[in-house]
Amino acid sequence: MSLWSILVAPFAEYGFMRSALVACLALAMASGPLGTLLLLRRMGLVGDVLSHAVMPGAAIGFALVGSAPAVLSTGGLLTGIAVVLLMILGTRFGAQREDASLAAFYFASIGVGVLIVSLRGTNLDLMHVLLGSVLAIDVPTLILIVAIASIVVAALALMFRPLAIQSFDSTFLRTMGGSDSIYRAIFLVLVVLDLVAGFQALGTLLAGVPLLLPAAAARCWARRIGPLIGLSIGFGVAAGYAGLLLSYHLNVPSGPAIACAAALVYAVSALVPASRMLMTARNATRPT
Amino acid sequence: MSEPNDRDGAVRGGCVTLRALTVGYRERVAVEDLSGRFAAGSLTAIVGANGAGKTTLLNAIAGLVTPRHGSIEIAPAEVRADLAYLPQSDAIDRDFPISVLEFAALGSWARIGALGRVSPELWPRAMHALRAVGLDELAGRLLAELSVGQFRRALFARVVTQDAAIVLLDEPFAGVDAATSDDLLKLMQRWHAEGRTVMVALHDLEQVLAIFPDTLLLMRKAIAWGETATTLTPEKLVVAGLAAPPKGPGRRLRLAMPS
Repeated sequence: MSLWSILVAPFAEYGFMRSALVACLALAMASGPLGTLLLLRRMGLVGDVLSHAVMPGAAIGFALVGSAPAVLSTGGLLTGIAVVLLMILGTRFGAQREDASLAAFYFASIGVGVLIVSLRGTNLDLMHVLLGSVLAIDVPTLILIVAIASIVVAALALMFRPLAIQSFDSTFLRTMGGSDSIYRAIFLVLVVLDLVAGFQALGTLLAGVPLLLPAAAARCWARRIGPLIGLSIGFGVAAGYAGLLLSYHLNVPSGPAIACAAALVYAVSALVPASRMLMTARNATRPT
Repeated sequence: MSEPNDRDGAVRGGCVTLRALTVGYRERVAVEDLSGRFAAGSLTAIVGANGAGKTTLLNAIAGLVTPRHGSIEIAPAEVRADLAYLPQSDAIDRDFPISVLEFAALGSWARIGALGRVSPELWPRAMHALRAVGLDELAGRLLAELSVGQFRRALFARVVTQDAAIVLLDEPFAGVDAATSDDLLKLMQRWHAEGRTVMVALHDLEQVLAIFPDTLLLMRKAIAWGETATTLTPEKLVVAGLAAPPKGPGRRLRLAMPS
């Protein structure tokens, strides 16, 4: 077996592998910068919860109309944005802290979503919603994923400055006349959009993988924002590519294979002594 | 309150007028029925015990909280670009990976807006501000790598970059060493000399007596507001809860605050 037949041939020979790879590239491009900002805001778990918030809407769409990608996405987008609004209203006017209401959304979303899919569909449908089917991506779905990723990247490029400052010095943003809640809402909606795209490929359980794992791995290697984003995208691309190959050669489900590859990247980043020593050497120059 | 400054080539400070200002959060009233004026070019210390409403007053002037009653009038009316606010620094997440130079450059935000293009002269301007606070050698460092005193200097640099007519400072010298607070005090006095209107909430009464021409003594309401010498009298400090009442006749009044 040549290197070519291991690394390239699957994509050269099969259109579904190419579609899956393009979807993974698009997801990595959008999720890298977004996930970096998400982790810098210490909101990793929020990303996880929002990925589940997509589920009830997708499930309702499935039950009422069918399993067309546009239907699932629209439904997922609607419930995702509804949860973002509830979160923002909740922290603004409610006495509850954010994490308390997040836990409620998390479990409610899974419960409601699984219930609705089970009422109308088979176990296979349920697996499709939970774990996605990146190898079954057709052209409309691919266009949807790439379009969403493009919107996210364009929005980040346009609004990176206010989104960044809102995440670490919101008082300054407000003094300058910018709205804290509006930029927070925009950021969370971008996260939901990205998760809706990820949901098509990886399902509701794993939609957060491209968003969170590559960015978390990047933080083991870099500290500045440019390298963080670059590494996040690179790790995301690598995990997608490796996961698809793994899935092809070992004949295992592709979504979980991509998740495992991303987790491996993170584990290596967190454990490799070189990265540790790099961080220690840099921290040593830090004054106390 | 002092007369407006009219120095040659100086920045004309803005004038801030409070009319029956009441500000509160939920059930709590933090500032009540406060009327008066920070004259253009004045340098005013805002003094009061913890919870006296100093930060709330600054937040209201900066437009961060809406008054419950009364009004705040700021002249000239172009407020955002012309008002710099240095809040207590614990509100900032210093782990965000931004360089000291980039942080100082944020002061230009008021001019270029949230989405505007960054012009090339922004960087020399920010560098100039870093030199003014003595941080130019650390320009490439990350914010997280600065000590507490250096971080306070970076906050001052951001205010320098903003070049605003009105400057609000909340406890700018708390927790920094003497060398840093001396440098920053001098910088603040230079702003005053340039004709900016400067308001500073602070605790150190000796600093107030030595440097600030005007003082607002606050305990939810204004206890006194005017020239520092007439404001910080022993009797009024007792009313403000900043000094213990004299124990016996003839005993000198002791300042309750550490100095």
